Amino acid sequence: MARLVVLGGGVSGHTAATFAAEWLGSAHEVVVVTPNAKWNWIPSNIWVGVGQMTKEDVTFDLAPVYAKAGIKYHQAKALGIHPEGNETSDKPYVVIESTEAGKAGQIENIEYDYLINATGPKLNFAATPGLGDANGLGEFTVSVCTADHATHANEELQKAIEKMKKGERQKFLIGTGHGMCTCQGAAFEYIFNIEHELKKAGVRDMAEIKWISNESFLGDFGVGGLHMKAMGFAVSSKIFAESLFAERDVDWIIGAHVNKVEKGKVHYELLDGSMGEEEFDFSMLIPPFAGVGLKAINKAGEDITATVFAPNGFMKVDANYAAGAYENWKASDWPKTYQNPTYKNLFACGIAFAPPHPISKPMSSPNGTPINPTPPRTGMPSGIMGKAVAHSVCDLITKGPDAPLHEASMAHMGAACVASAGKGLFTGTAAAMTIYPVVPDFEKYPGTGRDTDYTFGEIGLAGHWIKHILHHLFIWKAKLKAGWTLIPE
Amino acid sequence: MSKYGEKNIRAYGNNFTTMTPGPVAKFLRTCVIFQAIRFVIINIKMLVVVSKSH
Repeated sequence: MARLVVLGGGVSGHTAATFAAEWLGSAHEVVVVTPNAKWNWIPSNIWVGVGQMTKEDVTFDLAPVYAKAGIKYHQAKALGIHPEGNETSDKPYVVIESTEAGKAGQIENIEYDYLINATGPKLNFAATPGLGDANGLGEFTVSVCTADHATHANEELQKAIEKMKKGERQKFLIGTGHGMCTCQGAAFEYIFNIEHELKKAGVRDMAEIKWISNESFLGDFGVGGLHMKAMGFAVSSKIFAESLFAERDVDWIIGAHVNKVEKGKVHYELLDGSMGEEEFDFSMLIPPFAGVGLKAINKAGEDITATVFAPNGFMKVDANYAAGAYENWKASDWPKTYQNPTYKNLFACGIAFAPPHPISKPMSSPNGTPINPTPPRTGMPSGIMGKAVAHSVCDLITKGPDAPLHEASMAHMGAACVASAGKGLFTGTAAAMTIYPVVPDFEKYPGTGRDTDYTFGEIGLAGHWIKHILHHLFIWKAKLKAGWTLIPE
Repeated sequence: MSKYGEKNIRAYGNNFTTMTPGPVAKFLRTCVIFQAIRFVIINIKMLVVVSKSH
């Protein structure tokens, strides 16, 4: 009997673990280690953050789902990987620390035959002074990265709405809290959901709403923007994004590295090197991501973290990390199998794998401060790569170590994305988009880098309906209810 | 209604060079019949991309 250990129970880890358990059956063991007791459908946190959903609507308990799937579940965080075992055993293992009530802090070693690292990111609030405390519930700004953060954000939003109803103008500042952030899409959704809710509350005229982000142009979204066919033209996402901001009367600051947050004020540096300040009454700023800080130790007890992980804490996989300057970047730099090059029984998927380089063109200010989005690895691509990795591991277990690995390169896959711009059965809107491929391939698709036959976007009520249906569909799938394997990632 | 999007444009400001939707485009966004058709079309387009990605 082989044992597969999956670190992380988010979109990628949950997908990998549940499919592996389904395919391996009871002949082999699947173990999940995740510090969270609940699964969270993160895309709907936006609606929690504006009071249109509750934490309970977007989360559910993992334990009964894993019990049903025959998966052994540890509510714990991984501390370190020992891929060569230790002095007394050659068996690789991970060191975990329990986060379960009553067992918190207990250390345990779990041996594995195969390990999938799908921990997701550490929300690196500490990268920007004043952005947040260790729990992310900052003194000055809010976040929608977790359901708890989003609940807190809504509490602060409701206070701001009450102030406006009493005649006090409020300034909203939404965006990214550092020059190296990703997840601009989440902030994009939140700013337009706030605008929509303020209209519904009858206080839109009392609010000034402003966007601040590290994108060099609106509509970059960490993927270097995209071109969509519209009215016979191939139109940049910049035009559509700017159009929506203009229509909804939202001003913007772009190319900004927020370097300090104080009560009611952010300090930032722009791509031209100039410094600025922006005041606010309510602010939601996405933090940058980093690896969760896993250590790797060899058989002799030496620290080999730098061998297994990139400097940002994400795990090295079969990517080309020596691509160098932007001019040398190729679609083939992106990993296909997500297998660690040093230890072949280690895989990383979702946000946990180290990308070879950004997707957006790297930029920095004259002061040397890097200001560009880091690449997104969430949502549909995250699920697809989790399933591909699970497939590879299952084949290695059942067919032997020479079984070919399954591939899921972000340069060969597309993504469907629905960005909410306001919730309401008949008044809601969302931008429904597809992008193919996620990582542009300028050799295959000269000019735009993407196939414009499969890259499109439009905003409307239909997009909102799709987002709402996807909310229920993916929670159904994650709960492993009838037909869950038929629902695509 | 016809000036719905235009009124927010500021001369030589950030948003001076973009486009804004007219009344028809704005109406169609939340027109249930039109959006029901778009719902079907968008789903088909997404399923094609999903199928190409697995």
